[in-house]
Formats: sequence, C-alpha cells, structure tokens
Amino acid sequence: MSEALVATEVPEASVSGTSGARQFWRRLRAQRAAMVAAFVVALLVLVALAAPLLTALEGQDPTSYHPSLVDSARGGVPIGSFGGISADHWLGVEPQTGRDLFARLLYGARVSLGVALTATAVQVLLGVVVGVAAALGNRWVDQLLSRITDIIVAMPLMIMALALLAIVPSSFSRPVLVALIIGFVAWGTIGKIARAQTLTLKELDYVAAARLSGWGTLRIARRELLPGLAAPVITYAALMVPANISIEASLSFLGVGVKPPTPSWGQMLSSADVWYQAAPQYLLLPAAALFLTVLALTVLGDGVRTALDPRAASRLRIGTGRRQESKAGKEGSA
Amino acid sequence: MSGFTGFALRRTVSAVLTLLALSVIIYVVFYATPGNVAQITCGPRCSPEQVHQVAQQLRLDDPLYLRYWHFLQGIVAGHDYSTGTSVEHCPAPCLGLSYQSDQQVTQIILNKLPVSLSLVLGGMVLWLLLGVGTGVLSAWRRGRFTERALTGLTLAGIATPAFVIGLVLMIVVCGQLEILPFPEYVAFSDDPEQWMWGLLLPWVTLALAEAAYFARLTRASMLETLAEDHIRTFRAYGVGERSIVGRHALRGALAPIIALNANDFGSAVGGAVLVESLFGLPGIGQELVHAVTVVDLPVVVGMVLVIGFFVVLANAVADVLYAVADRRVVLA
Amino acid sequence: MSLVHVTDLTVEFGDLRAVDGLSVRLEQGAALALVGESGSGKSTVASALLGLHRGTGARVGGSVEVAGVDVQRAPDDDLRRLRGGKAAMVFQDPLSSLDPYYAIGDQIAEVYRVHTRVSRRAARARAVEVLDRVGIPDAVRRSRARPHEFSGGMRQRALIAMALACEPDLLIADEPTTALDVTVQAQILDLLHTLRQETGMGLLLVTHDVGVAAESVDDVLVMRHGRAVEQGPVGAVLGAPAEAYTRELLAAVPRVDAPRTPSRASGEVVLEAKSLRREFGRGKKAFAAVDDVSLTVHRGETLGVVGESGSGKTTLGRMLVGLLEPTAGEVRHDGHARVGVNPAVQMVFQDPVSSLNPRRSVGESIADPLRARGERDEKRIRGRVTELLERVGLEGAHYDRYPHEFSGGQRQRVGIARALAADPRVIVCDEPVSALDVTTQAQVVALLGELQRELGLALVFVAHDLAVVRQVSDRVAVMRRGRIVETGPADEVYDNPRDPYTKQLLAAVPALDPRIAARRRAERREVAVT
Repeated sequence: MSEALVATEVPEASVSGTSGARQFWRRLRAQRAAMVAAFVVALLVLVALAAPLLTALEGQDPTSYHPSLVDSARGGVPIGSFGGISADHWLGVEPQTGRDLFARLLYGARVSLGVALTATAVQVLLGVVVGVAAALGNRWVDQLLSRITDIIVAMPLMIMALALLAIVPSSFSRPVLVALIIGFVAWGTIGKIARAQTLTLKELDYVAAARLSGWGTLRIARRELLPGLAAPVITYAALMVPANISIEASLSFLGVGVKPPTPSWGQMLSSADVWYQAAPQYLLLPAAALFLTVLALTVLGDGVRTALDPRAASRLRIGTGRRQESKAGKEGSA
Repeated sequence: MSGFTGFALRRTVSAVLTLLALSVIIYVVFYATPGNVAQITCGPRCSPEQVHQVAQQLRLDDPLYLRYWHFLQGIVAGHDYSTGTSVEHCPAPCLGLSYQSDQQVTQIILNKLPVSLSLVLGGMVLWLLLGVGTGVLSAWRRGRFTERALTGLTLAGIATPAFVIGLVLMIVVCGQLEILPFPEYVAFSDDPEQWMWGLLLPWVTLALAEAAYFARLTRASMLETLAEDHIRTFRAYGVGERSIVGRHALRGALAPIIALNANDFGSAVGGAVLVESLFGLPGIGQELVHAVTVVDLPVVVGMVLVIGFFVVLANAVADVLYAVADRRVVLA
Repeated sequence: MSLVHVTDLTVEFGDLRAVDGLSVRLEQGAALALVGESGSGKSTVASALLGLHRGTGARVGGSVEVAGVDVQRAPDDDLRRLRGGKAAMVFQDPLSSLDPYYAIGDQIAEVYRVHTRVSRRAARARAVEVLDRVGIPDAVRRSRARPHEFSGGMRQRALIAMALACEPDLLIADEPTTALDVTVQAQILDLLHTLRQETGMGLLLVTHDVGVAAESVDDVLVMRHGRAVEQGPVGAVLGAPAEAYTRELLAAVPRVDAPRTPSRASGEVVLEAKSLRREFGRGKKAFAAVDDVSLTVHRGETLGVVGESGSGKTTLGRMLVGLLEPTAGEVRHDGHARVGVNPAVQMVFQDPVSSLNPRRSVGESIADPLRARGERDEKRIRGRVTELLERVGLEGAHYDRYPHEFSGGQRQRVGIARALAADPRVIVCDEPVSALDVTTQAQVVALLGELQRELGLALVFVAHDLAVVRQVSDRVAVMRRGRIVETGPADEVYDNPRDPYTKQLLAAVPALDPRIAARRRAERREVAVT
C-alpha cells in the first residue's frame, strides 16, 4: 500500500501519557464487532456461572430423569408438541431420558467454558515456560526443549486425546481430564511462539542496556522479556479458547469426552440426528450454543489481536483501516 | 543445489528421530500408566486367570525398556506369537495382536487405511481449492461486499465444528432433500464412480471445516504481502492489480499456506475421525474410536503410531516444499 | 512544456498536512533535489508526482502535471502508462523494493511488458540489456538471480535498471543511497550522473543529505514542514543561503574537512583492547567479525572508530563493553583484565526505538543502574534521575513518561542519561546519531562533547559517517573486514591518509560544493581500488 510509503514522513506520535493497557482498551472499544462479541462472551460466562440459579428458577435440574415425559412406546420421543416444551420445561426434555433440556444446556455451558479455559491456561503455562527456557538456555537446553516441542507439535491432538481417554480410569473427573489432556498435548505451538518472541526480544538494545546496568538474568527475564511476551501469547491464547471448545465438543460427540450424567453440548449432539424430526431443538439448541460461543470467542480473539498489534490490524483491515483500503481496492481494479 | 540436498537429508533424519521419540513417548504413556495395565487391557469383566494371561503376554514382568525393545523388534523384524496351540507369525512391521479379535494390528490398519486415505487426500484437494480460492478472492476484492461476505462465511466455518457441519449436511442433503444417498464406502477398485459418490459428502464436510482456516490464512498473508515495499514498486511501475494480487501477493502467501497445511494435517486427521464416525465410514478413525471404547491397547497404540507416522511424514514433506517455496530458508 | 509542473500542492493525511502549498517546476533534462529533514514532506511530494496517493485516504489538492499527464485528473489507465513508462521511481531500500521470490531479470521484464507489447523473450532480452547498462557484470547470468543473492549496491543498480527499461523522461529517486555504504553511494551517484548525461532524462532527487544533493543536481529546493523554504541553483543555495533555516541546516551538517579543537585528554589509559578476535558461526560457516584488533582509550579523549557495514565495528564496540565475549584476546580496564559487563563502561545505542523498553517509564529505565547497585532510597533515586534528565536537556517531570512520547533525539538523550547513571569512566557510543536528522545530530554530538569535558569521560565513537567521526574524535581508527587498517590522530588520518582504503573512503564522501564534487568525481575514477 502506498500508506507505507508516506508513513516514514509522518512525525512520531505525540500522544500524551497512555499506558499499554489503556491503549489496548481504547483500540478494543473502537471495534464494533469485537465489542458485540465481548458482550456475548460476558453473557455466556454469566449464564454459565449462574446456571444453578437459573435452573432453580425454572425448578429443574440437569440430571433428574422424567420417564413420564417421554413416550417409551415410540422409542422415547418426548411427549407433547415441540419436543415437550411446557411451563415446567422451558426448552422441552431430552428424548429417552426426559431430562430437562434448559438445565442441560446451561450446565453444558459450564463444562464447555470451564474445560476450554482450563486447557488454555495449561497450554499457555507450559508453552511459555518451555519456550522461554529454550530461548534463554544454552545450546543444549535449547536443542532438547525445541525437539520436545517439535514432537508435541507432531502429535495429533484428537487422536492422542481419544487414546489417552481410553486408559485413564473412569473414576477420574472427565471434564478435568479432558482439559488436562488438551493442555498437555497441544502446547507446542505456543511454545514455539514464546521461544521465537523471546529470541527476538533478547536481541533488542534495551535488554543489552539492562545487562549493562548490572541486572542478572532472572530480573531481566521478568522485567524486560516477559512483558514483551504478553502480546503475542495473549493473542494466540484468545484464539485457542474457541478451538479448545470445539475439541471438547468433538470428543464428547464421539462418546469419549465428557460422559453422562454430566451434560455437554457435544455429547447432546451425538444422538441428536436420530431425533431431529421429533425433537428438532435437541439438535438445534446445542448446535446453536456451540456455534455462537465459538463464533463470539473467535471474533473477540481477532479483536484482541487487532488491539494488541495495530500494524497487523491495518493490514488485515479489521476496524479502522477499512475505509482507506476500500478506496485502494477500487483504484486497483479500475 | 547441494545445500538443498543436505537440507532434505537432515530433515529426513530428524523426521525419523521424531518418530522414534514419539513411539517411546506413546509406548511409555500407554504401558506405564499407574494401575494394573493387564486389568485395564483385559477389561473390567476379566477373571484373575485371564488377567494373569494378559500380563504374561504383555511380558509385564520384564522392565519397561525391554518391553519397548521387544515392540521395536516386532516392527522391524516381525514376531511369532504362540496362541496356546499353534504359533502365529506376525510379519514385520508387526504392531502386535488385538485383544478383542486376536487379529494382527498391522492387518487391521491395512484394511482400514484405504478408506481414511481416500477421505483425507480427497478432502485435502477440496479444502485447498476452496480455502485458497476464497482467500485469494477476498484479497482481490478487498473492501468490497464480496470480501465482507466471504469473511463472514469463513468465520462461520471456523465457528462450526466438523461434526456439526456433517450432521447438518447429512440431515439436509440426505434426509430432507434426498439429493444424495447416505454416504457409504465402496472401494475404488470395485467401482470408482460409487466410491466418489459415497465419499462426496464426507469430503465436503471435512473440506468445509478445514477450508475456513486456509481462507483466513491466505487472505491475511496476501494482505500482509500487499503491504510490503515491493508491491509499492510494482504499483509505481504501472503493473495492474490483477498481476499484483495474482502473481506477487499470492506468491508471498505460498510458503505460509504450505506450512499451515502441514501443521493442520494432524487436526485434519482428527476431523477425519469425526467424519468417519458420523457417516459410518469403516476407516482408521472409526476403528480407533471402537478400540478406545473397548480398551484394546495394542490397536490403540498401533493406530496412534501409524497416524503419528503420517503426520510426521506430512510435516517433513511440507518442510522440504517450504524450503523450495521460500529458498531463503535454506540459505539462512 | 515543463517535464514536471506542480502548483500549490497540498497533501493531507487525516489531520496532518504533510505538504502545504508547494510549487515546483522541472524542465526537460534538468535535475532538481528536494532536500529536507524527516517530516518535511519531501517523499510525499515524490509519491504525488506518480499519483501514488490515489486510493490511500490521503487528500491531495493543487495541480500536478508530469510529462504532459494531469496526474490529479487522469484516468487510471493513463496514470498507469505514466508510471514506469514516462516517469520511473527508484526507492530507498533496494532489498525490500524488489519481490524476493522472482528473478531480477523477470521482474524487470514484467515491468517492461506492462508498457510495451513485446514477447516475453524480447522483454527478457531488454532486461539483460539494461542490467548490463547499469554496470552489472555478467548480466545474462545475474539476471536469473533473486534479490537476496545481490549485494546492496547491485540491488540498487538493478532497481535503476528497472527504471531505465522503458526509457522514461523523468527519474524520481527517493533517498536512493541512504541504505548504502559511502563508497557504494558514490558509485551509484556517479552512475546516475552518467546515465543522465547519456539519456538526457530529468532527475528529481529526494534526499536528507545536502552533500548527496550537491553531488547530483543543478537546482535544489529546501523543504520544511511541507513548504518550500528556499529554491535555486545548488551552488547559490548551498554557497550563500538566503534563509535562516537553510543556514541552520548547513551549519549542522558535519564537514569532513573541518579540523576539531582537541579535548583535554590525559595520558591515563582507562580502556585497552589487546588482540581482540571474535568469531561467529561454527565449522565451515565460521568467520571472524573482528580479527586481531588492539587499541587504547585515554581518560577524557574521544576515539573514533569508523568503517562501512560489515567492518566489525559494532562487534568491537559490544566486546569493549562486555556484552560480547571475545573469542581471543582481552579487554583491560584500569589495567585489569575484565570479563562481562562493568558499570564503569557504558554504552549508548544506535536505535532510539529499540534501546528503551516501551513498557517502562524512562525514569525507571534511567534508574536501573542505581537500583542494580543496591540503592533503595526512592527519594534519592528520583532525585538523581531528575538531575540526570535535566543534565541531558530534558525535564525532571519526564520521569513518568513512556518512550513513545519522545522524539528520536530526546530518546537518545534518555539513553545518554541512563549511561551516565552508572557513573561510567568510558562510554562506547554505537552509531549514536545515525538515526537522527542533522540538526538533532548536531545537538546530540554537542551534548556528548559537553559531558565529556565536564566529567572527564572517555568516549569511543563508533560510526559509519566519516564527517561525524572527524567532528568528534581526537584519534581515529579505520576498520575494514574486522581489522584496523589505519589509526592515528584525527587530523593526520583525514588530511594525509596513508592506507589506500582510507583514501577511497574519503574520496567517496559527498562534498557540499558542487565544483569540488565534480573534481572528486574525477578523482574517484583514479583511486578506484577493490
């Protein structure tokens, strides 16, 4: 773009004292889509947290069977129109078991978000520790840790998760297990990012200046390197949350992830295709919940990236650069 | 270019080492878990005698490294298994015997492999075409309605897990509209046309799920290239937008696309497992899910290793291709 | 009809008016330089000549006519014919200005085919022809190479070849030599001169370097804040400037031929390097960036280390402060061999952007050496930092501000304050002013001189700019390929260079007087050494 052409001539920003965090919020707020997504995510988190309260309001819980509400003669189709929607069961009941759908959907959000966030936390922790250690360690440490990271990256997550879920005794809490497996098998990429970024930061003059000041390695890592690592790591982590939600749903869909009676959206969908005519909401609700959650988190993740790296943003034209580029597009194709 | 040959050679060696390390990790993780391995392997309904038998067959009295060595020997040289009365020869590469069916794991995998390869390779062609095509179109029509619509579709694609896409496609296309029959696998050698029709929906499902990532990446890398100085040079020399986007920007996006295709191969294999399960295709994925539910450890370990082999292979091939696409890598 | 006719040009980016009512005229075959510091709007004008602002969101007013094309109003197709066809542009950074993935010959051929309906083959032949024309040896073979396989100077030649391909009437060169070493710069300027004589094309040169302008053009236009300050024949403007700003600018330009008043150096040796050697890489790829370098630095003096890129001067500087360990040899400090960093030897870095942590306030950065020394009393720390800030010409209240709130020159002052906080005896300055405009450059150089006199500091001034080094140094060491080729008192080395490389370097420095420049050009042909 010819913007780059003129950028060198524009005097340096003379913005008055804004710290990094404040700038970040300002840039995030400037993006409408990201703000809508943030609102949706906040709502989801709130709903997940308030699930016991909301279900109490309905007067139901996610695990009680209601055999009287399904027609066992017809294979367990919910009795009543629209899959058994009634004043007692706001979204109807599950086929065969008669469990309350509203409650299961809400508690499913707890599982989805809980698993995804825990998994992401484990990924970030492992990735950053290994990545930074590799970048700061000597040649042998770096070689060893980098090879380990390579192997981790080569492990197909779904396959490893499937296999690992088979051997752990079922007494172990499934949601926790799923989160830990995702966390321990899929930290490779973030490890690579952390290493590359640390290597870049290490060469910067301000790190050399800190060394000349007389500080030791640990203090330099803490004060000069880790803060510089935050932006790329947060950016990547923000996009890992929705990916992890998909993984959990997929595993539960295959019947090896979160198992009944704990509700999970993926698990609900695993038998939904049989019931889509009798109880369409049994398919549509968890699918829509999953779609909305992943979508909102992805859009929010994009927004976070844009706010943290405005240069990438102007390239990707998320947000403010749109008008300028659209003109460039017209010129080019005319 | 001798530097290039050297690079390819080094990459091969490192792929082999990675695979070895992977096999160690997988072996240790699965056979050294706390708890009674024989009991887990045999299942909860096994009698103590059966458990004892399994323990013997697994050589649980041997130290772990010996058992691993034995396992490796099987892969390289084959094994003879005594099944009480007769001796069964399991030729190299021998991955052991299934506890459920007493079949050789290698044989099980070989039977299922064509289905999975058909699915993944066919899907890959489709998702590359679809993803890269969408990305190029978005970059070319940037700032216009086309781009915004494509970006929206791409986001929707990313937000929908493969099994949801498949579920919806199956219900709509096969159930409601009845355009296609429910997918069914027919071997290519039996009837190529039926093979294609049977796999069409699974391919589309897998491709839709993966293409979204490629569309995003292609668009992003092309826009990044478009912001670079050399694009400015060609603009300043009157080169048209078609050539700038199609020739220079796409060329810059090539290397990242190759890299993503390798990185993504693992997740695509995971997607394939879901698609196989969903459509009932008798591939490795479906077999793996089955083996996992009945805790058939030799089958699980064998399959994870074989899939790992393909992922490592894909990564190595991609690295070499990447080096070809971006020659500066070798020189650096 | 004039080749370029710009009247009352304004260019605005958002609220910023980069060019403000500028009028320029350039006749067929003439040469004009736009000279100005960063932010003067000179490059923006160059882009406007080819209509490159179209579609970027910039608002362009006034009229621009180039080679008979009304750039403001011409349809896109006409504009594209102008670009590269009648007016061609050469950019500053030749590496990033070429597509890394295609052979250079193919890129030139592509551009040629945009403007002439010829076969691929004929275009390729034309590419080889122009590459040969700009002095690329073995052009047929080299045309198949990609940009990264070329050296910096060769790349710039290739870009010029691209510009020549369609035989334009006007060549616009935007800082064409800024990224190049001084000897390569001289070659490129000579090439431009020859080409202009032979083809009769007009030249519009954009540069921050008054010397480069004096070497290359007939007329000069000095710009500031988007406006023309002064315009006229190069000899007149540079010889007898009429405007105050032009005089100020010229006064700030360091001169390679002006002797310096020596500092009060004592005989006491504070820093000594003995047979320093530093290798990078291992096995077959190993090479020595610095090879057998010995030097001494006395209390209160300035030692200039001058060399082109790849000469090993930065590696040497980093070894002197202990950021890099030598492969062989030793650094002695107050008579003792030393390993690792030491507060008494500090450094001022080149890049004012990367030398300060963007996430910490400048006060905290300056306080680092104090805290590292064990100072815990916040009040004393603040007091000392405030004192240092004021000493380098900033305000004590700047303590809590962040680096992005400062200009390049101010950041460099912060860097100096941080170095001073450690109470050093020696400061190694690694290209401390090369990222700054000349007027800022002069101020920072003056500050360093003051501090040296006041504190009895020894300075090691590492730079590529021969004029700046002469301006500050008592003694000079000239480096080439990791070795010191010549060393001695500054006046002696500059006025009577003994080493042929030093002679070549000095001959390549652009002169401010066009007549001297012409004489130098002739001299360069004679001293051309490898």
